[in-house]
Amino acid sequence: MATKKLTGAQAVLEACIAEGAETIFGYPGGAIMPIYDALYDYNDKLKHILVRHEQGGIHAGQGYARTSGKVGVVFATSGPGATNLVTGLADAMIDSTPLVCITGQVFAHLLGTDAFQETDIINITMPVTKWNYQITDATEIPGILAKAFYLARSGRPGPVLIDISKNAQIQSFDYEGYTPCNHIRSYRPKPVIRKNYIDEAVDLINNAKKPLVIFGQGVILGKAEKEFKKFIEKSGMPAAWTILGLSALPTNHPQNVGMLGMHGNYGPNVLTNECDVLIAVGMRFDDRVTGRLDKYAKQAKVIHLDIDPSEIDKNVKATVGVWGDCKETLPLLTLGIQEKDRSDWLKVFAEYTQKEYDQCIKDEVYPSSKEMTMGEVIRIVNETTKGDAVMVTDVGQHQMVTCRYAKFNESRSNVTSGGLGTMGFALPAAIGAKFGAPDRTVIGVIGDGGIQMTIQELGTIMQTGVDVKIMILNNQFLGMVRQWQELFNEKRYSFVDIQSPNYVMVAKAYGIEGAKVEDRKDLVKAIETMLAHKGSYLLEVMVGKENNVFPMVPQGCSVSEIRLK
Amino acid sequence: METNTEKQEYTITVYTENQVGLLNRIAIIFSRRKINVESLNTSPSEIAGIHRFTIVVMESRDVVLKVVRQIEKQVEVLKAYFNTNDEIVWQELALYKVLSEEITEKVKVERLLREYGARAVAIRKDFIVFETTGHREETNKLMKALEPFGLVEFVRSARVAIIKESSGFHEKLKDFEQREPSEDVIENEYLGKREAVFTM
Repeated sequence: MATKKLTGAQAVLEACIAEGAETIFGYPGGAIMPIYDALYDYNDKLKHILVRHEQGGIHAGQGYARTSGKVGVVFATSGPGATNLVTGLADAMIDSTPLVCITGQVFAHLLGTDAFQETDIINITMPVTKWNYQITDATEIPGILAKAFYLARSGRPGPVLIDISKNAQIQSFDYEGYTPCNHIRSYRPKPVIRKNYIDEAVDLINNAKKPLVIFGQGVILGKAEKEFKKFIEKSGMPAAWTILGLSALPTNHPQNVGMLGMHGNYGPNVLTNECDVLIAVGMRFDDRVTGRLDKYAKQAKVIHLDIDPSEIDKNVKATVGVWGDCKETLPLLTLGIQEKDRSDWLKVFAEYTQKEYDQCIKDEVYPSSKEMTMGEVIRIVNETTKGDAVMVTDVGQHQMVTCRYAKFNESRSNVTSGGLGTMGFALPAAIGAKFGAPDRTVIGVIGDGGIQMTIQELGTIMQTGVDVKIMILNNQFLGMVRQWQELFNEKRYSFVDIQSPNYVMVAKAYGIEGAKVEDRKDLVKAIETMLAHKGSYLLEVMVGKENNVFPMVPQGCSVSEIRLK
Repeated sequence: METNTEKQEYTITVYTENQVGLLNRIAIIFSRRKINVESLNTSPSEIAGIHRFTIVVMESRDVVLKVVRQIEKQVEVLKAYFNTNDEIVWQELALYKVLSEEITEKVKVERLLREYGARAVAIRKDFIVFETTGHREETNKLMKALEPFGLVEFVRSARVAIIKESSGFHEKLKDFEQREPSEDVIENEYLGKREAVFTM
């Protein structure tokens, strides 16, 4: 291939095109101006979404990555532009979201001089990136970006940040084309699968009387939903999910026994401490899932499938660690395990489900109270969407309720900030989610606290015309903290009483249609109107002020000490 | 009986690419967990272009195992090993500066050198610099011996260590922890063939 002269900035954009990253979320500024100048001529090949804040940009990139399965790309300038990415990087790191963030940097000769908008973003982001690198010479750009995209999406995915000094963006060099990266000698994206672990795991499963499968986002990230379904179906095992595993298995699958963890379902939590073999697939035993570790599944033999060797034995000691990509390991296990009927064991789960329904769920989704509940809102959304929508949630009570009650037919339908618990995530993530899945209905379910953290992204919706349904569940409190203060701090409500603006008016100011529902009789109609509306729509639903999310495993308690009230 | 939760000295050996910032990435793994690094050394390894870190920590086996896995997870890290003191041969180097006047008057220097295996690496009219290599206890002994005579400066290097059972990085350790999946030798084929594979 004949070489041609390109600037560093053009090479960055060529890399994005070559990697299929046609949608970019970003915000310009001094140190990234050459890239934005080049972007001016790439408008036909790349779609740049101008956000209102870099944090909004990176959360949008995350939402995009989660629904599309592709790498999210984010542009930001140096200094404050770059530091505004940090929360999103930390979120993407802990939730294994593939991102490539490009930040501008001051001229190389000014590095270390406290130049205008200079910040040491490489060192700041080191603990919250899978990899980061500073480029000061344009000739490095094609190779480093190829490496960045490869690292972001391969193995256990994660965020990568590439900092490019302004001189490198401007510099012209002989461009020899773009070669994607598929090997780095010091980097092993997935461990080699060994037969002996597969055999040991198969033996344990075949001899198990009461096996329980618990699965996380690894199934989705590994694009192994089909393999996973075959695996659990062959031997009839019940399967419970973590918050990020949600939607990998359809809600109505007969072996889907519900959610794990602090606000998970009754059966899977209690029965974690009664199963004889616990099979963990692509999940990392977060403390919100395990509760008190020294009382977690002590009776069980544990099989742990993970692509990341450092996860095995990190929190829970595995009897058999099955290193590898679950897309490859699950079929090997399926091959070896026997077909079994475990309906008696599934019945035990059904009994717990019934108990939970009677004591907890029924009143949440069909409340007898005058006040509306979050659970009934989600039930009506389910009835209207039939489980086909992408649900994007923020953090707090509405998040737990949505994850507990929303119904899903297909994978990559649940977008939430799991590990980091980033309030303000949902609105920008919903925007990104819609760009990542333009043919699907995207509903952002957000609390009255979280919406106010990134409400400026209504401007992004206004300008792009992206069709996002925003549903604010307003309980006039920072609800989850209030719940804890009620339960554990003797109702000393310390700074959880939060006021809201008139959201419908705010939406109107941004040219977004909206409505507010304060009475149950208007609820169904309002949700139907929102979903039928062409274009974005904001619906505020006033829900009970002091409702609590139950069941709950109180902090420091074992999963079997889960409270229904 | 050694348990997995008892603290003892571990020497972590890390083979890495030579890359700016990697030292910080590795250091963060320790500081994030509030683990104090007792000693840290970086040097070339037996393979050209590959760096070798030697890190000493006082920790339990459980903690060290997890830390080592986190280190291995870093993109530019090829391999990390951890060993107890009986599994390695190690040395530290120490330098001692004393005033010539003081020491020559009060001590029989040649006896001192013999007794502690020390060498005089600089002899000047005003001061002398001694050097010893050895384990911590040995270098400490000479420090103690010199203290009464006005030890002006003392400095000790980080530990460098050779793993007894290692046949070098050319052939990765075979008796590495059994459940360790990274025993695959695939990427070994690329070692020393830097140009043949994707590089920075």
